[in-house]
Amino acid sequence: MDTYAVNANPSLDPTLEQPTRDELLAMYGRMVLIRRVEERLGDDFTAGKLPQSVHLYVGQEACAVGVCARLEDGDWVASTHRGHGHYLARDGDVRGLFAEVFGRRDGICRGMGGSPHVADFSKGIIGANAVVGGGIGIATGAALAAQMQDRGRVAVCFFGDGAAAQGWLGEALNIAALWRLPLVLVCENNGFAEFMPTATVTAGSIASRAAGYGVPGVAVDGNDLIEVWQAAGPAVARARAGQGPTLLELRTYRTRAHTESESGFLSRPYRTVEEVEDWRTRDPLPRVRDRLSAAGVRDDELDTIDAEARRLAAEASAFAETNPWPDPSVVYGLMFHDQEP
Amino acid sequence: MAVKTYREAITEALQIEMRRDPRVIILGEDVVGGLGGTNGEVEAAGGTFGVTAGFAAEFGRRRVIDTPITESAIVGAANGAALTGLRPVAEVMFMDFIGVCLDQMLNQMAKFRYMFGGKCDVPVVIRTLMGAGFGAGPQHSQSLHALLTAIPGLKVALPSSPADAKGLLATAIRDNDPVIFCEHKVLYGESGEVPDGEYLVPFGEANVTRRGNHVTIVAFSRMVLLANAVADRLAKEGISVEVIDPRTTSPLDRDSILESVEKTGRLVVVDEGDPYCGMASEIVSLAATEALDALKAAPVKVTPPHTPVPATPHLEQEWLPSPDKIEKAVRATLDSKLARAG
Repeated sequence: MDTYAVNANPSLDPTLEQPTRDELLAMYGRMVLIRRVEERLGDDFTAGKLPQSVHLYVGQEACAVGVCARLEDGDWVASTHRGHGHYLARDGDVRGLFAEVFGRRDGICRGMGGSPHVADFSKGIIGANAVVGGGIGIATGAALAAQMQDRGRVAVCFFGDGAAAQGWLGEALNIAALWRLPLVLVCENNGFAEFMPTATVTAGSIASRAAGYGVPGVAVDGNDLIEVWQAAGPAVARARAGQGPTLLELRTYRTRAHTESESGFLSRPYRTVEEVEDWRTRDPLPRVRDRLSAAGVRDDELDTIDAEARRLAAEASAFAETNPWPDPSVVYGLMFHDQEP
Repeated sequence: MAVKTYREAITEALQIEMRRDPRVIILGEDVVGGLGGTNGEVEAAGGTFGVTAGFAAEFGRRRVIDTPITESAIVGAANGAALTGLRPVAEVMFMDFIGVCLDQMLNQMAKFRYMFGGKCDVPVVIRTLMGAGFGAGPQHSQSLHALLTAIPGLKVALPSSPADAKGLLATAIRDNDPVIFCEHKVLYGESGEVPDGEYLVPFGEANVTRRGNHVTIVAFSRMVLLANAVADRLAKEGISVEVIDPRTTSPLDRDSILESVEKTGRLVVVDEGDPYCGMASEIVSLAATEALDALKAAPVKVTPPHTPVPATPHLEQEWLPSPDKIEKAVRATLDSKLARAG
């Protein structure tokens, strides 16, 4: 599992741990929910219902779900501007997410953060970050607190391939290795830093950056849920056991836009239709569905999961659309602890 | 009460707060500074200026943490730890280095509570050294408190005395919001009476260090000492100067400043920060917009010029505000045409 190219499909390796049927089913449910929520938000953006563009997670569902399935209540997750998937993978509140993205009163952050700043401490989400790489240092601090509090907590930081170019990654690897912090650094390499193909702005392999710090670095197929789950398990266990950090590089692909509004401002395409179509053939969802079918789960059960996800997304969207705007007093009332709107 | 130095007062506040709350940790460059306490005998530097000397031995290296020279990771880690239950006091050795970690101050700690809908506390303190006077040059001498004060969501404290250093730092550590604690390096050796035991100075309450009726001087950090000296000097001539030390620039005690200006009608602001978009401009703006009718003279700003800090001590003194420059400014407000017309 050390290198992506050598062992292209370790999920079929019978010597590795395999999820049970129920675990797989639960993870599939999360992935489908993320997909349907993101598609719904994409439709809502197109329909002009959102106050701002959104960065959707479509195509990357296996990353959040495979990693978060290894976490427990009380673990911390720092997320990114493309963070709805991480939140939903942590059992996030669908209505609260929609209301936040819609900028409404009952949003999880009362509409003050919006789509790229989802935070919900009750779910361990210590903040999505719209500064590329901004969460890396924060997750390192959460891992430091977890270590001091000695409750076996783990901190996970999701970030993209673009963020891997920030100096923060090296700083965090250095500190986390020195202090043996319970930290799992998860790079979702989705092929693009905004509109720049990763290879044009990223030298070498991201996972191998860990080696210089004496930290395990593992690259796997981020579109293969089981591979992600298999890689995340030992990384989280290692952190929880006090053995220090791990860097995971999940090689995936963003099949939707960088930002939903991009067709409105980009004058030319930055990738070919063929490339996107090629990656769609590696869509993580059908791959899991096929495994479930092979494990004897009936089509109608799987269809029900899908229908339920669509219903939840539609219901949350309708809720958000009619949810009131936040009261103007909130503008002045949230900056310091002794202020109340 | 005992006479202590500014540096000792800071040490005492840290010590008391660490003893009373196990969630308080210290992290930064050289805060242990050596092998400190690992075998019970070896002492370590305890910070560049010895503020945390002996801390590693007393509190253990889990709570007193030497970091790599990576300000961005120091402040980032402090932020994350603050969000998840600790109360970190992080040290950015020289304020100039906020250039390396500004994102974690500007976009992270200052924004968390607001952008997360008020659903988190951010009890983080950044201790940092400000100020010129040691010939430390352009990258180790700046006073950038106004830059930080201009960031909504940060609190900024600038103690000018040992007592305030102790009381404001304790308040900062107990505060649930991010505080930038600006220690003036030239004040480290200054002595003064410091209350014993737990001592808190509230934020947003100015200290009137000299009472007077003719001219108001608002001064920050070390400039308070210069302003006091000028007030004492002019008192011998019968010129009565009031000196106000706001002590925190965010929150700012606007009422005390305006009350004094209403009384004296004359305002001099002394600040070691830049003349443009700085605290001196801010206080003059406050007087102009809120107390114009009371003004008998144009307010005067005494600040360094809009240049970097020169290294050579001779030019550094040329660059800095001085008692003579302050006295000249006070006399200018008294000689004002506006005053004569009035």
